[in-house]
Amino acid sequence: MPTITYRDALNQALKEEMERDANVFLMGEEVGVYQGAYKVSRGLLDAFGEDRVVDTPITELGFAGVGIGAAMVGLRPVIEFMTWNFALLAIDQIVNSAAKMLYMSGGQIPIPIVFRGPGGAALQLAAQHSQAFDSWYAHVPGLKVVAPATPYDAKGLLKSAIRDENPVVFLEGEMMYNAKGEVPEGEYTVPLGEADVKLEGSDVTLVCHAKTVTVAQRAAQQLAEECGIAAEIVDLRTIRPLDTDAIIRSVAKTNRCVVVEEGWPFCGIGAQIVDYIQLYAFDHLDAPVLRVTQADVPIPYNKRLEKAAKPSPERVVEAVKQITYLD
Amino acid sequence: MATKVYMEALSPTMEEGRIVKWLKQEEEPVMDGDVLAEVETDKAIMELQARGEGTLRKVFATEGDTVEVGTVIGVIAAADEDIGEILATVGATEGERRADGDVGPERAASGPDTAAPVAVAGPHGAAAGAPMQRGRVKASPLARRLAKERQVDLRVIQGTGPGGRVVRRDVESAVSGPRHVHAPATGAGYEDAPLSQIRKTIANRLSQSIGPVPHFFLTSEIDMERTAEARDELNNVPDAPRISYNDIIIKVVAQALRQHPECNAWWQDNYIRYFNEVHISVAVSVEEGLITPVLRNAHLKSLREIAAEGRELAQRARERKLKPEEYTGGTFSISNLGMFDVDQFTAVINPPEAGILAVGSVADRPVAVEGTMTVRKRMRVTMSCDHRVIDGATGARFLQTVKRMLENPLAIVW
Amino acid sequence: MAQTATASVLDTERAGFYRELLRQMCLIRRFEERTGESYALGKIGGFCHLYIGQEAVAVGALAALRDDDYVMGSYRDHGHALARGMSAREVMAELYGKVTGCSRGKGGSMHLFSVERQYLGGHAIVGGHIPLVAGAAFAIKYRGEDRVALGFFGEAAVNNGAFHEALNMAAVWKLPAIFVAENNRYGMGTAMERASAVYDVATRACSYDMDREMMDGMDVLAVYEATARAVARARDHRLPTLLEARTYRFMGHSMSDPIHGHYRTREEIEEQKARDPLHTFGDRLIEAGIMSSEDHEEMERRIGKELDDAVAFAEESAEPDPYELYTDVYVD
Repeated sequence: MPTITYRDALNQALKEEMERDANVFLMGEEVGVYQGAYKVSRGLLDAFGEDRVVDTPITELGFAGVGIGAAMVGLRPVIEFMTWNFALLAIDQIVNSAAKMLYMSGGQIPIPIVFRGPGGAALQLAAQHSQAFDSWYAHVPGLKVVAPATPYDAKGLLKSAIRDENPVVFLEGEMMYNAKGEVPEGEYTVPLGEADVKLEGSDVTLVCHAKTVTVAQRAAQQLAEECGIAAEIVDLRTIRPLDTDAIIRSVAKTNRCVVVEEGWPFCGIGAQIVDYIQLYAFDHLDAPVLRVTQADVPIPYNKRLEKAAKPSPERVVEAVKQITYLD
Repeated sequence: MATKVYMEALSPTMEEGRIVKWLKQEEEPVMDGDVLAEVETDKAIMELQARGEGTLRKVFATEGDTVEVGTVIGVIAAADEDIGEILATVGATEGERRADGDVGPERAASGPDTAAPVAVAGPHGAAAGAPMQRGRVKASPLARRLAKERQVDLRVIQGTGPGGRVVRRDVESAVSGPRHVHAPATGAGYEDAPLSQIRKTIANRLSQSIGPVPHFFLTSEIDMERTAEARDELNNVPDAPRISYNDIIIKVVAQALRQHPECNAWWQDNYIRYFNEVHISVAVSVEEGLITPVLRNAHLKSLREIAAEGRELAQRARERKLKPEEYTGGTFSISNLGMFDVDQFTAVINPPEAGILAVGSVADRPVAVEGTMTVRKRMRVTMSCDHRVIDGATGARFLQTVKRMLENPLAIVW
Repeated sequence: MAQTATASVLDTERAGFYRELLRQMCLIRRFEERTGESYALGKIGGFCHLYIGQEAVAVGALAALRDDDYVMGSYRDHGHALARGMSAREVMAELYGKVTGCSRGKGGSMHLFSVERQYLGGHAIVGGHIPLVAGAAFAIKYRGEDRVALGFFGEAAVNNGAFHEALNMAAVWKLPAIFVAENNRYGMGTAMERASAVYDVATRACSYDMDREMMDGMDVLAVYEATARAVARARDHRLPTLLEARTYRFMGHSMSDPIHGHYRTREEIEEQKARDPLHTFGDRLIEAGIMSSEDHEEMERRIGKELDDAVAFAEESAEPDPYELYTDVYVD
């Protein structure tokens, strides 16, 4: 099986879906002539021309709205945000227009659109360029929120997202674009709404998604080597709709859970997951569910401070020790 | 009027009892005061007397079962009386177990003088080894569920979680009803032995006294002259791997453990696993700390094999290349700090193993031999024992064997 | 300042068309009056913005479109919906929150939708739907069609970033979009001159090198003709236009706002009522002999019956089933 980067997996997904369906087009800042700020759209302008690979002005609200308007009348836009940090300017469109149109039109107007781009902190980009908005979008009924961790999932999920009849917020990461992984040749999709057990284990469940899957994997390795603890890693892959069954199944097995996420703690994804666990797995719990999140601060520029702000394998290990009563 | 037969607290510290023998069988007539059964308590074998008259209509525990105090184990009633309701409830809920202040109708009817069975939550129970918690018990939801399923009173369990929270492991170690006695198993390399009541009491009391693994220590000074000579001779053999004192100690300990299997065991909460095979965990210091690669089947290996394999494991341990199965599964540990000129030290047990031998340096020391002061190569070893598994005399006998073998290395091949 | 377009002389051969324009304006006026009554009786809830006074804008502009063109509006959308040919029944039922409403009772006054009539929504975030209009126009161009996309919004929306972002893209990409600013002089209670550095909305198009026209928004024919020119530009040349209709609302901003409030005088309203598009256009048709007073009365009578029917329909229709709460959140 070929090993390719996350970036190229996304590129393949876009190319294949644009070949498959003439209604699919890509729009965003620098997606065409520049070949993509992070080169996800490399080669697409040559392949599909400027009608379908559309460079926009720096006008996030505007082109998000244009995408939604086009989706209202039957196109299937893929809107790239150079980063999700800039999409705050467009969040009115995403929430008020895309997410609600179907409902307030009484089911008449679906919005089959994908908003995608990298989110969360990269390296030393400071407060305004280092934000994980996963929970913001996951809060909104009408949106689907997808956050793949591997090249395989990235490709399969993006293809599913493009084919979905609903607005999908697709969260990537600057730090993940170079990640490599096996991606089969030929057609496949990964369904939205299904978590993936990335590692089976019996002692504690680590719920994670996107960048924190790597954090959880490192923590799991350390836990196995140093404490003989077998962690189970549940990669959510889709935040909304959330695969609660997968989480509950795992927690029922391990009786313990640590939720790892990149965003801020308050009202975060983990808060929601903890709620589901206390609701559906209460009698399976042998310890409180702990969360490892970004520190509750804007991301600082200084490298050491930034590192301290982000979720780390060490913090996950510490949390696991606490709830396995090992410390 | 039907009378329930409870497992009674037949000693002040008894929490559960084992039915040694039923002296009355089902459908046999029973008089008040008749001995119904022999019960092994934590102290002795006692008699359980009938507290009602009629027929022993039903028993719920069979011989050999261990049941918690307060559990209904039988029903005495008139031969034609309908006991369907009791049958339906017993065993299904913990409601049938006496709890603090729970005065059942039959007890009220039989009057205060009809000594009700001492409940686990009674004053004696509270005074016993496992102190009764007052008020709300802090327990994890899972522990609560397990306790309910297994009919354990959470209040008598000592929680080991934060703030004394009762967690799953506490319930599991507290549990030993008929449903949870670990069925004695005999695997290829070990044999499981159920805990006798006295063994359990020792374990409980000592754990409370000193911590989850109640250690005690035995020290012995060993004359190493003959071992030193033997080692020198072995190391003079051309092209042979170099043999260290530690290699010889491993070999000797492995041999001695075969002779003293009671020290080659794991504490398993509900039972003790005695191993037929000897797997020695050898403490190796590495950059980040300590790891214990396991020399498997050390009792079957020659000194040369032990030397070669031990060195190889230690090397890979320092490179952090050990696989998990290479540093788990040991049955006894050896820690040697002799190379650091440590005369003597105590080592911490590596659970679930029950013993570890701490080995000091081999040093020339003045010693009286047959009334004359002379200088001999001497070595001090200290064995840490888990008292739940190994008693003082047991450990001492093992240590004596080790000492004798090292003082007369020929015994290795004996 | 852009030239204000005024209506040409009446062409008697188009009598039927003129009568239809008047009928639609009257329908909207009477519909809104009924709406006000039902609101006062508590039959209609929430925010409710009446279109009384502005009828000529919706009717004139939409008369210039084909059925397959796309139309969107703001929250003051009852008039747009009716002028687009949606039935008084489905609109009134929606205001009543009934399942027979055009949005199944889930949208309400501010979110009227009919895919069948290509009325793609009343949208209630000021300015938020202007990019959507550009998006529909983008789709038209993408598919090589000759439709147009037309969007209504109030003059206060033009100080919103969404307006500028949408117009810039429509101009730079040459999209067949028509942006109709209904300048009724007040954004809620704030007069345009107190909120905007430039009073003439149409002038804003200069920033984007976009065609523009200012229309007398109280003259249905003026609006129709200016819109028709914009439609031709869009259909034939894929060029966008910004239209400004100078109009006036005779009612308060919403049902919770008094008619004149603190921000405008009774005198001003009376003065504006002299421009009432129904009266001026009705008088014109009668004067030109296109319609008699009796015809006019008959038209009003029919509209009255149509609205009696619409209100009865809304009254009698069922509420949505409770399970409807959870439908239409996602396409399964």
